[in-house]
Amino acid sequence: MSGEQTRKFVVLAAIWLALIFAPYWIVPLGGYTALATRVLVLGLAAMSLNFLLGFTGVLSFGHAAYFGLGAYGTGLALKFMTGSTPLSLVMGMLLGGVAGGLLGALIVRRRGVYFAMVTIAFGQVFYYIAFQWSSLTGGDDGLRGFSRQPLDFGFFQIDILSNTNYFYYFVLACFALAVAAMGIILRSPFGRGMIAIRENERRARFLGVPIERHIWIAFTLSCFFIALAGGLYALVNNFADPKGLHYSQSGDFVMMAVMGGMRTFWGPLLGAVVFVVLQDYLSSVTINWMSFVGMLFVLVVLFFPRGLLGFIRRKREA
Amino acid sequence: MTQLLLFNITNGLIIGAFYVLMALGLSLILNLSNVINFAHGGFLVLGGYIAYTITPYVGFWGGLLIAPPLTALIGLTVERILIRPLYGRDPLYSLLLTFGLAFIIEDGTRFIWGAQGKPVTVPAFLAKPLSIDFFFITGYRLFMVAVVAVTVTLLFAFLRYTRIGVRIRAGTLDLETVSALGINVRALRSLNFAAGIFLAGLSGVLAAGQLGLEPTMGTGLLMPSFIAIIVGGVGSLTGTLLGGLLIGVASGLTAVFFPAASEAVIYVMMAVVLLIRPRGLLGEEGMMST
Repeated sequence: MSGEQTRKFVVLAAIWLALIFAPYWIVPLGGYTALATRVLVLGLAAMSLNFLLGFTGVLSFGHAAYFGLGAYGTGLALKFMTGSTPLSLVMGMLLGGVAGGLLGALIVRRRGVYFAMVTIAFGQVFYYIAFQWSSLTGGDDGLRGFSRQPLDFGFFQIDILSNTNYFYYFVLACFALAVAAMGIILRSPFGRGMIAIRENERRARFLGVPIERHIWIAFTLSCFFIALAGGLYALVNNFADPKGLHYSQSGDFVMMAVMGGMRTFWGPLLGAVVFVVLQDYLSSVTINWMSFVGMLFVLVVLFFPRGLLGFIRRKREA
Repeated sequence: MTQLLLFNITNGLIIGAFYVLMALGLSLILNLSNVINFAHGGFLVLGGYIAYTITPYVGFWGGLLIAPPLTALIGLTVERILIRPLYGRDPLYSLLLTFGLAFIIEDGTRFIWGAQGKPVTVPAFLAKPLSIDFFFITGYRLFMVAVVAVTVTLLFAFLRYTRIGVRIRAGTLDLETVSALGINVRALRSLNFAAGIFLAGLSGVLAAGQLGLEPTMGTGLLMPSFIAIIVGGVGSLTGTLLGGLLIGVASGLTAVFFPAASEAVIYVMMAVVLLIRPRGLLGEEGMMST
């Protein structure tokens, strides 16, 4: 292995080891396992958004809609259809992903700030549906009356309901699957095409990359991933909230991705760590915590446009 | 029924006029600088609160006249310090910056003026309904529409007949050429931004008289303005005008027949417009896809 490869391997191993042992080191540091679970879920959401933003270069400001659809899909499936947690997650993923695919076909012809504007507006449609259709969704109060079920393998069960550590590992397994899928897609010729679009759309078009179809597929995939994150989020709290579909939630994901570093694969996870820890700490100190996050975000945009991870990487290369 | 229908149509038109004012400011900034100003709602709230603060000293009319320029001044400062460094970069960055800025402004107003809503009183002769049958048309609402009409006329005249206005319109089409012709594009952008924020401040003062003041009121008013722009067509101010009125009336009418959807209907309208005529009603071809 060359030096660069060894370094990459060490970093990857460090990330995964930190994630695997999180329940053991987070408690002595003053955290709690559920905090680590939340970081993972929101980190997956931010990475899904960044799959589109960082690697195709188009910013969706309405991804919370598909996150929320994943949450409601999973919650409703658990409540009315099935007692299987994984199956309900699949249902949530399908709901969010298919909705994203359908709307994506309308959205992909826009570019730049107009793409952001149209995604945000479409996202709000789902917010209002969840808000108004109280008989199904519980309206403003959110969807209640379901809870994650123990994993049943026939001959033994894993109780992810009452054991928070087991649940953490369940979430970590889902996270690992999704992240591995994203990594493989980005390494494939399709993923190279995405990056080509980001770097120079016109050149990619001349080279024969079908731009609209490519962006549409990337958008749809990203919606599937974020719907999975949404489904997991519903399982964390045994609750789905209409606010999870609102564009301010999309904004949170965008902030995580940008603060962590949107041109990097792992940056959004780091952004989610910063965001969740800040939120947890600041909101116990001041009610104006969002303005501190906002200020940090403005500073990052002005002075570290590549985010924390991009900044670290740049430092090392310099 | 007729009265109910009339009530909601008028209501819709009045709300629509209000969206127009806000959306025109957004549209000005979007067209020339390619910045989606997420903090526009924040500036609206600032305008309202500034008027609220100075009204005891200068009266309602003084507040109406002084608050919008003051808001524009704040907007100008923000543009100089925060947004100008980003013009050279991907337009997404300025969108992100204003998104963060919106949080700061919202919490700032909460910090200065408190989280509790503030009631705003308008002059007594404006608060009265005009007649018993049409109880819903208060003098203030007519006044609001009149202010919007006058402002919009002035804005269009400014853009059509003054040198700076023509430059702003030219810059919307091709900023590079305008710059090559020796026009100071930085100053033009600053001025245009300030003009957009002026409109936000004015909307804030008007909204305060109708709805009262709350630090969060800007967020709810921002989305309809976005939709007014998309429906009307990006790049066309006349389109924004039309779009704002249309979505106002549409949500007013829906409130009669299907109240639960009165907020969602504008999004449905937008989807229909994007399906049938992607560039918006009066939008320029290709404007949305670059």
